[in-house]
Amino acid sequence: MTIAKPNSYRSGPDERGHFGIFGGRFVAETLMPLILDLEKAYTAAKADPSFQGEMNGYLKNYVGRPSPLYFAERLTEHLGGAKIYLKREELNHTGSHKVNNVLGQIMLARRMGKKRIIAETGAGQHGVATATLCARFGLECVVYMGAVDVERQQPNVIRMEMLGATVVPVQSGTRTLKDAMNEALRDWVTNVHNTFYCIGTVAGPHPYPTLVRDFQSIIGNETKTQMQEVEGRLPDSLVACIGGGSNAMGLFHPFLDDPSVEIFGVEAAGHGLTQLHAASIAGGRPGVLHGNRTYLLMDADGQIQDAHSISAGLDYPGIGPEHSWLHEVGRVNYLSATDDEALAAFQLLSKLEGIIPALEPAHAIAKVMELAPKRPKDHLMVVNLSGRGDKDVPQVGDILRGKK
Amino acid sequence: MTTRIDTRFAELKKQGRAAFVTYVMAGDPDLTTSLDIVKALPKAGADVIELGIPFTDPMADGPSIQAAGLRALKAGMTLRKTLELVRDFRKADSVTPLVLMGYYNPIYIYGVDKFLADAKTSGVDGLIIVDLPPEEDEELCLPALKAGLNFIRLATPTTDDKRLPAVLANTSGFVYYVSIAGITGAAAADANAVGDAVARIKRHTSLPICVGFGIRTPEAARAIAEKADGSVVGTALVDALKNSLDAEGRATAKTVNAVAELTAALARGVKGAKQAAG
Repeated sequence: MTIAKPNSYRSGPDERGHFGIFGGRFVAETLMPLILDLEKAYTAAKADPSFQGEMNGYLKNYVGRPSPLYFAERLTEHLGGAKIYLKREELNHTGSHKVNNVLGQIMLARRMGKKRIIAETGAGQHGVATATLCARFGLECVVYMGAVDVERQQPNVIRMEMLGATVVPVQSGTRTLKDAMNEALRDWVTNVHNTFYCIGTVAGPHPYPTLVRDFQSIIGNETKTQMQEVEGRLPDSLVACIGGGSNAMGLFHPFLDDPSVEIFGVEAAGHGLTQLHAASIAGGRPGVLHGNRTYLLMDADGQIQDAHSISAGLDYPGIGPEHSWLHEVGRVNYLSATDDEALAAFQLLSKLEGIIPALEPAHAIAKVMELAPKRPKDHLMVVNLSGRGDKDVPQVGDILRGKK
Repeated sequence: MTTRIDTRFAELKKQGRAAFVTYVMAGDPDLTTSLDIVKALPKAGADVIELGIPFTDPMADGPSIQAAGLRALKAGMTLRKTLELVRDFRKADSVTPLVLMGYYNPIYIYGVDKFLADAKTSGVDGLIIVDLPPEEDEELCLPALKAGLNFIRLATPTTDDKRLPAVLANTSGFVYYVSIAGITGAAAADANAVGDAVARIKRHTSLPICVGFGIRTPEAARAIAEKADGSVVGTALVDALKNSLDAEGRATAKTVNAVAELTAALARGVKGAKQAAG
């Protein structure tokens, strides 16, 4: 199948929330009026300069933006090829890129008069960001988290509780991120009158993939400006990890119409693509789940399959619909990294740069280790360091000691 | 086009009573027992059968129906086997309307055109697909209507007067009013509030209106049947089934009867209702 190349890769979605065949609004009728309200509120907020103005204030003084674009000198020397820059999203308040989107959604919720916020979380980074901003603005916060993830990301569970959020361990299904999302949707259907669902990634029914992308695009916009300042030109390539794909979309989107920029998304290949993994594009096909059509891991009957990744934040059997579209039109190259490759990258970055990455961006670093040596020394490669690894230290420590 | 659903509601209207609509999950706890249960439903007093298509991620369902779907999947149920079950049921029953209820992905993966053709020849009369609002009518609703199947839409407490016409536009067979904002098996519906909602929807359509979610007992089924054209019970039947299983979740000699007996009691409740609204 050949797919016509669009004039712009940045004009989507259409008014019904479609990126090509992907996206849409596949939700229960109870939620439909809310989603239409949200779309209206978001359109109005975008047109209101005071909304952006207020957000910019918090981004600067509360989140700590702009995040640095850091030249990773020793990693560059070690790999011996491309000049590697890290976009330091792990330095944001709460320790990851998730806060960019949560701030935007919480400000929307306030405009809409919603007092109760719910969220799903995998690694807990989105949950922590949501709990943080709910504390800041005095809102009730309930976070759904798969029981398996509650176990392996204890530090974040404790943080959320300290911030005043209620963490609900989800026991249904595979007890990971997808089940947390099901449970959040069930809560939303039940508490429609006062509840705002703060989705953590570029997935879900329209307009979520768009609004999350827009709030995260600050990553790519800053990168563009910062690279211009240090190198006087565009980067040559971008690399980011993908679970649902919000940090990747935030970095990629501002560069989609710059044809000289090569773009790489890195999915989680778990134990390997022929075994249990979480690489929806590499190992899945288009289906409908959680409000959108996108690439999903499923069996021949359309039943959703268990994903597996060492990283709770990538352990999801789907991907944002815009990524599915960017894959089909060929603008972004989707690669994958295994658990073992991510662990190796986690250790390498810690030892060479003194930066302990989260396991999620360790997947991106793993592919940088393959891509960078094959590129010339004047090639500028930006990798999104989407989160810090503090939350993963106990888990990785156990694995490494177990291996020794 | 007249379907078994249209015929059944016309008959009930003549008799001056509301419909009793039962929901069970296809393949729960296994294919053979499930077929026996579906066969037993009309004899026990079910006027319309809703048959759940098992799905791993049923976002609008509570714990009981989630578990029922997982039991069915574990026993090897698929959409293809669900259609076979309907075909087997139709060998002995050509009049009871049967509606498949579920989520879109298994149908999308089966292939919409092939599914509609196979559903029609198997003896399916209508579809209730929870995650296909009118905004996505081109996916399945319009092709289903073309194929001669009813597409039964859910209306909810959040569907206001402004939105109702869009929800009703391509709806046929009956309207399924979800009596509470919530998931299946949750809080009980208040019959008076339901009465108001049914009256509101009736201002926009002449289709029969059945009410579900939160109805568990014969008394509640009767109270709703006095306000609407039908009472839908699902979770209570699924729970009765579950309580009859052995420790490993397998069917026992009591399983089919457990569902049939509760169905009969609920049907008596519905039939004891005073003339239905409308």
